[in-house]
Amino acid sequence: MPRARTRPAATPARPVTLFVATRKGLWTLTSDAARRSFKLAGPHFLGHIVHHAVLDPRDGRSLLAAARTGHLGPTIFRSIDRGRRWVEAKQPPAFKAGSGRAVDHTFWLAPGHASQPGVWYAGTSPQGLFRSEDGGATWAGVDGFNEHPQRKAWCGGDQDGTPDGAKLHSILVDPRDPAHIYIGMSSGGVFESSDAGANWRALNRGIRADFLPEASAEYGHDPHCVRFAGGNPDRLYQQNHCGIYRLDRPGEDWTDIGTGMPKSVGSVGFPMVAHPRDPDTLWVFPMDGTDVWPRVAPGGKPAAYRSLDGGRSWRRQNEGLPASQAWWTVKRQAMTVDAREPAGVYFGTTSGEIWGSRDEGRTWRCLARHLPHIYAVEAA
Amino acid sequence: MAKASAEAAAVVRVRIPSPLRSYTGGEEEVRVAIPLLAPEHPPSLNAVLAALEGRHHGLRFRIVDEQGRLRPHIKLFVGGTLAADLAAAVPSGSEVMIVAALSGG
Repeated sequence: MPRARTRPAATPARPVTLFVATRKGLWTLTSDAARRSFKLAGPHFLGHIVHHAVLDPRDGRSLLAAARTGHLGPTIFRSIDRGRRWVEAKQPPAFKAGSGRAVDHTFWLAPGHASQPGVWYAGTSPQGLFRSEDGGATWAGVDGFNEHPQRKAWCGGDQDGTPDGAKLHSILVDPRDPAHIYIGMSSGGVFESSDAGANWRALNRGIRADFLPEASAEYGHDPHCVRFAGGNPDRLYQQNHCGIYRLDRPGEDWTDIGTGMPKSVGSVGFPMVAHPRDPDTLWVFPMDGTDVWPRVAPGGKPAAYRSLDGGRSWRRQNEGLPASQAWWTVKRQAMTVDAREPAGVYFGTTSGEIWGSRDEGRTWRCLARHLPHIYAVEAA
Repeated sequence: MAKASAEAAAVVRVRIPSPLRSYTGGEEEVRVAIPLLAPEHPPSLNAVLAALEGRHHGLRFRIVDEQGRLRPHIKLFVGGTLAADLAAAVPSGSEVMIVAALSGG
């Protein structure tokens, strides 16, 4: 039975800060109260590959950044003053000795439940789930997942990963229940735990997996990004390797909501974001997934697509974006929304530009350019 | 078993590449002393890295993964010779060089 919904309120008209994680470091982009002008600051960790930087919404000042360099192993940097000073984690995420597995990089950071200050989750490449109970200083594996006897079957072997390494991402903690957690894996699929990670079950029914020999496989799918609907954690949206989907719990069958996308654009992409309050509103940013997967804007004409009806219909939103010959795209963590009214929507490109809209995608403006390849953008 | 004494220690110079100097306070070279159980048994690279980690916490994990394997783009030289693995012997007085491969764009 669906549990009670929690409807977040819009935040007051205060500045928005974007945390921009790139292949060469971390920058911040901070607006004025009207979100008209933005000021770029940084870099932090110049030369480090920063996959994700997330501000803790529970205290508004703790900030974690997942970093590595081309040569060195992965680590996590922590700040308790929004990035003024940093310290390195004493014990970064690492698999158990003897497991044969090594963390290549931490890919996804997720603050824990509001009732558990100091708890964070991290998803790694290859697929691993880690938890910190001290604000990111020390990390331990979630054994119920990392040591699960089926883990290799779920995730595939070392050669089965995506070109930049297989990833565990989209760690979603139910705002009503800290023990109820969803994760996404590329590859592997969506999994759910109802007991704080002790046990996991696949949740992929209805998702196409046209790259697998068995179309109705229980797992092995490739979700690119999974989000809670705004204000309704009984609804999940998913941008998948094979389309766009919605799941309404307690149902277990995903509905294909990519069928309304224009055929010339398709329903492949990496990022997906949900409106902060309206559970029927979401955005995707399609890319060319035909042929050899060019992974650029279809036809060199980038556009977001927004649905106001839970994915039944879509509308192109490209006013202000380049009309042609723009061959960038947006990675799965590089699109985000703020909590203002109307919601601001932001994305970072593989060509180092930040674009923003303060009218829910109707018009776009370039907020920063000449940054390195952007991996993640988070708004706070 | 013989007990290690202050006199029975191998002293090794470790040259630190620039990506790791944030751990050594900018020092390009660090000297570490590793207790010897017997003079004829020099310490291994593993022991040298453990001693280095004792002084500069976090450094070892950036170059050796959780399974004890040297990370892909890191090489270690002992006295100018490429070490085959972390069990390689490091005679007292020798120099260990950590090399971060030059690659990428």
